[in-house]
Amino acid sequence: MLAYTFRRLLITIPTLLVVIGLVYILLFSAPGGPFDSERVVPEAIQAQLMAKYHLDQPYWKQYLLYIGQLLQGDLGVSYRYADWSVNELVASALPVSLTIGGLAIALSLLIGVLLGALAALYRNSFVDYIVMALGSVGSVVPSFVLGPLLVLAFAMGLQWLPSGGWDHFSWQFMVLPVSLLTLINVSTLARIMRASMVEVMGSNYIRTARAKGLPIHLIVFRHALRPSLLPVVTIVGPLAVSSITSALVTESIFSIPGLGILVVNGAANRDYTLVLGLVVLITALVVLVNLCVDLMYAFLDPRSRA
Amino acid sequence: MHSSIPAAEPERSPWRDAMQRFGRNKAAVTSLVFLVFVTALCVIGPWLLPHAYDSTDWDALKLPPSFTNSHFWGTDESGRDLLVRCLVGGRISLMVGILTTLTSIALGVVWGATAGYLGGAVDQVMMRIVDIMYAVPYLLIAILLVTVLGRDFYLVVLAITAFSWMDTARLVRGQTLSLRKMEFVEAARAMGVSTPRIVFEHIVPNLLGLVLVYATVTVPSVILTESVLSFLGLGIQEPMTSWGVLIHDGAQMLDSAAWLLIFPALMLSLTLYSFNYLGDGLRDALDPKDR
Repeated sequence: MLAYTFRRLLITIPTLLVVIGLVYILLFSAPGGPFDSERVVPEAIQAQLMAKYHLDQPYWKQYLLYIGQLLQGDLGVSYRYADWSVNELVASALPVSLTIGGLAIALSLLIGVLLGALAALYRNSFVDYIVMALGSVGSVVPSFVLGPLLVLAFAMGLQWLPSGGWDHFSWQFMVLPVSLLTLINVSTLARIMRASMVEVMGSNYIRTARAKGLPIHLIVFRHALRPSLLPVVTIVGPLAVSSITSALVTESIFSIPGLGILVVNGAANRDYTLVLGLVVLITALVVLVNLCVDLMYAFLDPRSRA
Repeated sequence: MHSSIPAAEPERSPWRDAMQRFGRNKAAVTSLVFLVFVTALCVIGPWLLPHAYDSTDWDALKLPPSFTNSHFWGTDESGRDLLVRCLVGGRISLMVGILTTLTSIALGVVWGATAGYLGGAVDQVMMRIVDIMYAVPYLLIAILLVTVLGRDFYLVVLAITAFSWMDTARLVRGQTLSLRKMEFVEAARAMGVSTPRIVFEHIVPNLLGLVLVYATVTVPSVILTESVLSFLGLGIQEPMTSWGVLIHDGAQMLDSAAWLLIFPALMLSLTLYSFNYLGDGLRDALDPKDR
């Protein structure tokens, strides 16, 4: 297990370096520098600005400087939000995104596993059809259609909840975004859980458990549940990546001041350092999640430690 | 030699078998018909309708759908006909979908077949790269790409291609690994056929079924990605439009003009749904042992 962990860590670091390098190449191939503006700046000041942010150095040196900076936990300064460092911007946005995303992932795991298991246990019944129908709707109606529809129904029609915005983590503003993210994820999770549970319930050792007269709830909880959860664990990695997409969409629908809005605004404003910092941060998070998933999987299923 | 072959049965090629199985699948055939219909409508429709997608009708600002005037699906807040915009937007969305799928499938097949056939260190390196690409939050890089290089149509295609070929590569590599041990490949090698020719003339044709299935499921996911980019305001730019742009604009007008969201959303969802059913149908038809 230790050797596996070590090997797994070894491929994590190049991944991050490659991503940062890729992003860097992209940024440097961009036409125009961050300080090109309509206002004419005296040459000396321009040079000073360039020197301050090391933009006068060769690219490879800037890359190394940036990595060094990163290792000290410094994401640099924003070119557009004057007087704000990327760290400060992230510090205000990250808790918001993590709260919403975390709640949504926890909820969708819970509901998805439950629905999937129910659909598998009552296969080809009414419950199964409803769950599968919901699942296929959830997988085709995209988040950016479902979101506005939720707003139309619960904010504009029934007037139960605000249609968007944010107020110091008060729950009214969280309900719709969290529901949207949950709805998107539940369909995938339920489908995977159903498929794996159907397979497990058909296996020989479950038949043995049935044959020896074990009551069904004991069979499910003691024997069937854990192996059925294995595929669900593997899907958490891809889920984390796709959550970024849904987070961008959700935050922009409900105007939530999270990381997604920062990315979109940063991209629209060509705030390169901000976008670079955010990409690095989010990639690191995703890589970390994937690492945890792989380690957990290796822990649960020793065969995968090859 | 030839005389020993028994008299010809009615010819039954694997492809004809597959076509027959596909024909019996009602959902898949309906989806195919629907997709052909939508595509034809998007291509021909804008020429037949009396409005241009970017021209303003000052007497019809934000008009609800009706049959009494020529704006069957209503108009948006600047008086542009929604039906024409949905069709023109469909052209862009479908074009992005098909073009991107072609490039990403081509890249995936070449990558996967090469890695799988050569094996060894080359395979290791190539597949590591695929692993790394999987860990990259692709939407962010795509956003970065269109930010830095501009929001050109072809750049959107390029940006999405760069992150949608890995699934195909993995799949093709797996199939190639098992194909390269087959006798006909062995025979080709024994006859001194060069490696590139073995890969592209003997291995790749055997992957066509798989690739076809994979292409049909890649198209909707690509269309979806383009829509997300456009929805975030980072894809196709005004006055040109796509389904994602239309849905974004519709979502802004939700309280006063819900039709602006509903029609483009319906077109997008039905198209995605059909592609998924078509993919399922093709898989069942081409891979009978899977049922």
